[in-house]
Amino acid sequence: MELKTQVQAEEGKQELFITREFNLPLALLFKAYEDPDIVAQWMGTNVIKLENTKHGSWQFETSYDGNVVFSASGVILEFIPDQKITRTFKMENTDFPVQLEFLDFEALSDDTSKLTMQIIFKTVAFRDQLLQMPFAQGLSMAHDRLQEILKQPSL
Amino acid sequence: MNLRRDVFQAIADPTRRAILVLVATQSMTAGAIASNFDSARPTVSKHIQILTECELLQPQQNGREIIYHLNGSKMKEIADFIEPFRKMWDDRFNKLEALMKNYKTK
Repeated sequence: MELKTQVQAEEGKQELFITREFNLPLALLFKAYEDPDIVAQWMGTNVIKLENTKHGSWQFETSYDGNVVFSASGVILEFIPDQKITRTFKMENTDFPVQLEFLDFEALSDDTSKLTMQIIFKTVAFRDQLLQMPFAQGLSMAHDRLQEILKQPSL
Repeated sequence: MNLRRDVFQAIADPTRRAILVLVATQSMTAGAIASNFDSARPTVSKHIQILTECELLQPQQNGREIIYHLNGSKMKEIADFIEPFRKMWDDRFNKLEALMKNYKTK
Protein backbone atom coordinates (compact mmCIF):
# COMPACT_ATOMS: atom_id res chain seq x y z
CA MET A 1 0.00 0.00 0.00
CA GLU A 2 1.26 3.42 -0.87
CA LEU A 3 1.94 5.79 2.00
CA LYS A 4 -0.74 8.44 2.39
CA THR A 5 1.73 11.15 3.27
CA GLN A 6 4.84 11.41 1.14
CA VAL A 7 7.92 13.52 1.52
CA GLN A 8 10.18 14.17 -1.43
CA ALA A 9 13.53 15.74 -0.75
CA GLU A 10 15.84 15.37 -3.71
CA GLU A 11 19.49 15.40 -2.81
CA GLY A 12 21.23 18.71 -3.22
CA LYS A 13 18.03 20.73 -3.69
CA GLN A 14 16.92 23.48 -1.35
CA GLU A 15 13.28 22.47 -1.45
CA LEU A 16 11.06 19.65 -0.36
CA PHE A 17 7.56 18.47 -1.17
CA ILE A 18 5.01 17.03 1.22
CA THR A 19 1.97 15.48 -0.41
CA ARG A 20 -1.10 13.92 1.11
CA GLU A 21 -4.37 12.59 -0.17
CA PHE A 22 -7.35 13.01 2.13
CA ASN A 23 -10.65 11.22 2.33
CA LEU A 24 -12.27 14.61 2.61
CA PRO A 25 -13.98 16.92 0.17
CA LEU A 26 -11.78 19.82 -0.88
CA ALA A 27 -13.83 22.39 1.05
CA LEU A 28 -13.33 20.53 4.34
CA LEU A 29 -9.61 20.15 3.77
CA PHE A 30 -9.29 23.83 3.11
CA LYS A 31 -11.40 24.67 6.15
CA ALA A 32 -8.91 22.77 8.31
CA TYR A 33 -6.32 25.34 7.23
CA GLU A 34 -8.61 28.34 7.43
CA ASP A 35 -10.27 27.97 10.83
CA PRO A 36 -7.89 28.92 13.69
CA ASP A 37 -9.59 26.60 16.20
CA ILE A 38 -9.30 23.63 13.88
CA VAL A 39 -5.67 24.46 12.97
CA ALA A 40 -4.86 24.57 16.69
CA GLN A 41 -6.29 21.09 17.18
CA TRP A 42 -4.51 19.20 14.45
CA MET A 43 -1.25 21.13 14.60
CA GLY A 44 -1.20 20.82 18.40
CA THR A 45 -0.30 24.45 18.87
CA ASN A 46 -1.92 27.69 19.99
CA VAL A 47 -2.95 29.91 17.13
CA ILE A 48 -2.19 33.45 18.26
CA LYS A 49 -3.01 35.03 14.95
CA LEU A 50 -4.21 33.81 11.57
CA GLU A 51 -5.18 36.49 9.10
CA ASN A 52 -6.36 34.64 6.01
CA THR A 53 -5.84 37.37 3.51
CA LYS A 54 -3.20 38.67 1.15
CA HIS A 55 -0.64 40.60 3.23
CA GLY A 56 -2.05 39.12 6.40
CA SER A 57 0.12 37.46 9.01
CA TRP A 58 0.02 34.42 11.24
CA GLN A 59 1.59 33.32 14.51
CA PHE A 60 1.64 29.95 16.31
CA GLU A 61 2.93 29.25 19.78
CA THR A 62 3.26 25.98 21.69
CA SER A 63 3.69 25.90 25.45
CA TYR A 64 4.73 23.10 27.71
CA ASP A 65 4.60 23.43 31.49
CA GLY A 66 3.97 27.15 31.12
CA ASN A 67 7.03 27.73 28.92
CA VAL A 68 6.87 28.60 25.26
CA VAL A 69 8.74 25.75 23.57
CA PHE A 70 7.89 26.52 19.98
CA SER A 71 7.00 29.73 18.27
CA ALA A 72 6.64 30.40 14.57
CA SER A 73 5.21 33.15 12.44
CA GLY A 74 5.03 34.51 8.95
CA VAL A 75 3.11 36.51 6.41
CA ILE A 76 0.50 35.32 3.97
CA LEU A 77 1.28 36.25 0.39
CA GLU A 78 -1.64 34.58 -1.37
CA PHE A 79 -4.90 33.24 -0.02
CA ILE A 80 -7.30 31.76 -2.54
CA PRO A 81 -10.03 29.63 -0.89
CA ASP A 82 -10.09 25.98 -2.00
CA GLN A 83 -7.02 26.55 -4.15
CA LYS A 84 -3.89 27.84 -2.52
CA ILE A 85 -2.08 29.50 0.33
CA THR A 86 1.38 30.96 -0.13
CA ARG A 87 3.11 32.03 3.05
CA THR A 88 6.43 32.52 4.78
CA PHE A 89 7.44 30.49 7.81
CA LYS A 90 9.97 31.51 10.42
CA MET A 91 10.79 29.60 13.58
CA GLU A 92 11.56 32.01 16.40
CA ASN A 93 14.67 31.65 18.57
CA THR A 94 16.51 29.51 16.05
CA ASP A 95 19.08 30.12 13.35
CA PHE A 96 16.72 28.88 10.67
CA PRO A 97 16.18 31.51 8.00
CA VAL A 98 12.69 32.19 6.76
CA GLN A 99 11.12 29.52 4.51
CA LEU A 100 8.68 30.00 1.68
CA GLU A 101 5.71 27.64 1.58
CA PHE A 102 3.36 26.95 -1.32
CA LEU A 103 0.25 25.03 -0.35
CA ASP A 104 -1.84 23.75 -3.23
CA PHE A 105 -5.25 22.23 -2.62
CA GLU A 106 -7.04 20.20 -5.26
CA ALA A 107 -10.12 18.02 -5.51
CA LEU A 108 -9.56 14.43 -6.64
CA SER A 109 -13.25 13.51 -6.49
CA ASP A 110 -16.30 14.75 -4.58
CA ASP A 111 -15.02 13.09 -1.41
CA THR A 112 -11.28 13.12 -1.80
CA SER A 113 -8.73 15.86 -2.06
CA LYS A 114 -5.01 16.39 -2.23
CA LEU A 115 -2.60 18.79 -0.60
CA THR A 116 0.82 19.54 -2.05
CA MET A 117 3.13 21.54 0.13
CA GLN A 118 6.31 22.87 -1.42
CA ILE A 119 8.81 24.38 0.99
CA ILE A 120 11.76 26.44 -0.25
CA PHE A 121 14.77 26.89 2.02
CA LYS A 122 17.61 29.40 1.96
CA THR A 123 20.20 26.63 1.54
CA VAL A 124 20.37 22.86 1.07
CA ALA A 125 22.01 22.60 4.49
CA PHE A 126 19.07 24.28 6.23
CA ARG A 127 16.66 21.95 4.48
CA ASP A 128 18.61 18.91 5.61
CA GLN A 129 18.84 20.29 9.13
CA LEU A 130 15.08 20.71 9.31
CA LEU A 131 14.57 17.15 8.13
CA GLN A 132 16.74 15.98 11.01
CA MET A 133 14.82 17.81 13.71
CA PRO A 134 11.87 15.45 14.24
CA PHE A 135 14.31 12.58 14.54
CA ALA A 136 15.96 14.19 17.53
CA GLN A 137 12.61 15.36 18.91
CA GLY A 138 11.18 11.91 18.50
CA LEU A 139 13.97 10.52 20.61
CA SER A 140 13.41 12.98 23.40
CA MET A 141 9.65 12.57 23.29
CA ALA A 142 9.97 8.82 23.47
CA HIS A 143 12.12 9.35 26.50
CA ASP A 144 9.56 11.66 28.16
CA ARG A 145 6.85 9.10 27.59
CA LEU A 146 9.00 6.42 29.13
CA GLN A 147 9.58 8.66 32.14
CA GLU A 148 5.83 9.14 32.56
CA ILE A 149 5.19 5.43 32.41
CA LEU A 150 7.94 4.75 34.93
CA LYS A 151 6.49 7.34 37.28
CA GLN A 152 3.19 5.51 37.56
CA PRO A 153 3.03 3.83 40.99
CA SER A 154 1.09 0.82 39.71
CA LEU A 155 4.12 -0.43 37.79
CA MET B 1 38.15 2.26 24.77
CA ASN B 2 36.54 3.99 21.82
CA LEU B 3 35.21 0.68 20.62
CA ARG B 4 32.34 0.68 23.07
CA ARG B 5 31.23 4.05 21.86
CA ASP B 6 28.59 3.10 19.38
CA VAL B 7 25.77 5.40 18.39
CA PHE B 8 23.15 3.38 20.24
CA GLN B 9 24.99 3.72 23.48
CA ALA B 10 25.29 7.43 22.79
CA ILE B 11 21.58 7.96 22.36
CA ALA B 12 20.65 5.79 25.34
CA ASP B 13 21.28 8.73 27.65
CA PRO B 14 18.59 11.44 28.01
CA THR B 15 21.09 14.31 28.37
CA ARG B 16 22.89 13.24 25.23
CA ARG B 17 19.60 13.03 23.37
CA ALA B 18 18.80 16.54 24.56
CA ILE B 19 22.19 17.71 23.29
CA LEU B 20 21.42 16.23 19.86
CA VAL B 21 18.06 18.03 19.83
CA LEU B 22 19.80 21.26 20.68
CA VAL B 23 22.54 20.93 18.08
CA ALA B 24 20.05 19.80 15.45
CA THR B 25 18.46 23.23 15.80
CA GLN B 26 21.70 25.13 15.76
CA SER B 27 25.42 24.35 15.69
CA MET B 28 27.13 25.70 18.81
CA THR B 29 30.13 25.68 21.10
CA ALA B 30 30.46 23.37 24.11
CA GLY B 31 29.91 26.36 26.36
CA ALA B 32 26.67 27.24 24.62
CA ILE B 33 25.51 23.63 24.88
CA ALA B 34 26.37 23.50 28.59
CA SER B 35 24.50 26.73 29.29
CA ASN B 36 21.29 24.90 28.37
CA PHE B 37 21.71 22.32 31.10
CA ASP B 38 21.67 22.37 34.88
CA SER B 39 24.36 19.69 35.06
CA ALA B 40 27.92 20.64 35.90
CA ARG B 41 29.98 21.79 32.94
CA PRO B 42 32.41 18.79 33.10
CA THR B 43 29.44 16.40 32.98
CA VAL B 44 28.14 18.06 29.84
CA SER B 45 31.65 18.07 28.36
CA LYS B 46 31.84 14.34 28.95
CA HIS B 47 28.56 13.85 27.08
CA ILE B 48 29.82 15.98 24.20
CA GLN B 49 33.01 13.94 24.13
CA ILE B 50 31.05 10.70 23.85
CA LEU B 51 28.83 12.10 21.09
CA THR B 52 31.95 13.27 19.27
CA GLU B 53 33.72 9.93 19.69
CA CYS B 54 30.87 8.11 18.04
CA GLU B 55 30.76 10.82 15.36
CA LEU B 56 27.23 12.02 16.03
CA LEU B 57 28.71 15.44 16.69
CA GLN B 58 31.37 16.93 14.48
CA PRO B 59 33.74 19.48 15.98
CA GLN B 60 34.90 22.28 13.76
CA GLN B 61 37.67 24.66 14.73
CA ASN B 62 36.52 28.23 14.19
CA GLY B 63 39.26 30.62 15.30
CA ARG B 64 39.65 30.04 19.01
CA GLU B 65 36.30 28.30 19.29
CA ILE B 66 35.18 24.79 18.50
CA ILE B 67 31.71 24.64 17.04
CA TYR B 68 29.78 21.37 17.23
CA HIS B 69 27.62 20.29 14.32
CA LEU B 70 25.23 17.41 14.00
CA ASN B 71 26.70 14.74 11.73
CA GLY B 72 23.86 13.90 9.41
CA SER B 73 25.42 10.90 7.68
CA LYS B 74 26.21 9.21 10.98
CA MET B 75 22.69 9.76 12.26
CA LYS B 76 21.49 7.92 9.17
CA GLU B 77 23.00 4.79 10.62
CA ILE B 78 20.25 4.80 13.19
CA ALA B 79 17.31 5.86 11.08
CA ASP B 80 16.38 7.30 7.79
CA PHE B 81 16.01 10.99 8.44
CA ILE B 82 13.03 11.59 6.26
CA GLU B 83 10.95 8.94 7.96
CA PRO B 84 10.49 10.76 11.31
CA PHE B 85 9.74 13.96 9.42
CA ARG B 86 7.22 12.15 7.23
CA LYS B 87 5.71 10.46 10.28
CA MET B 88 5.30 13.81 12.01
CA TRP B 89 3.29 15.17 9.08
CA ASP B 90 1.41 11.91 8.66
CA ASP B 91 0.29 12.09 12.31
CA ARG B 92 -0.81 15.69 11.87
CA PHE B 93 -2.70 14.94 8.68
CA ASN B 94 -4.36 11.88 10.22
CA LYS B 95 -5.58 14.11 13.02
CA LEU B 96 -6.79 16.69 10.51
CA GLU B 97 -8.66 14.02 8.57
CA ALA B 98 -10.32 12.55 11.66
CA LEU B 99 -11.25 16.00 12.90
CA MET B 100 -12.84 17.07 9.63
CA LYS B 101 -14.75 13.81 9.25
CA ASN B 102 -16.45 14.59 12.54
CA TYR B 103 -16.98 18.15 11.45
CA LYS B 104 -18.79 16.91 8.39
CA THR B 105 -21.24 14.82 10.38
CA LYS B 106 -22.03 17.56 12.90
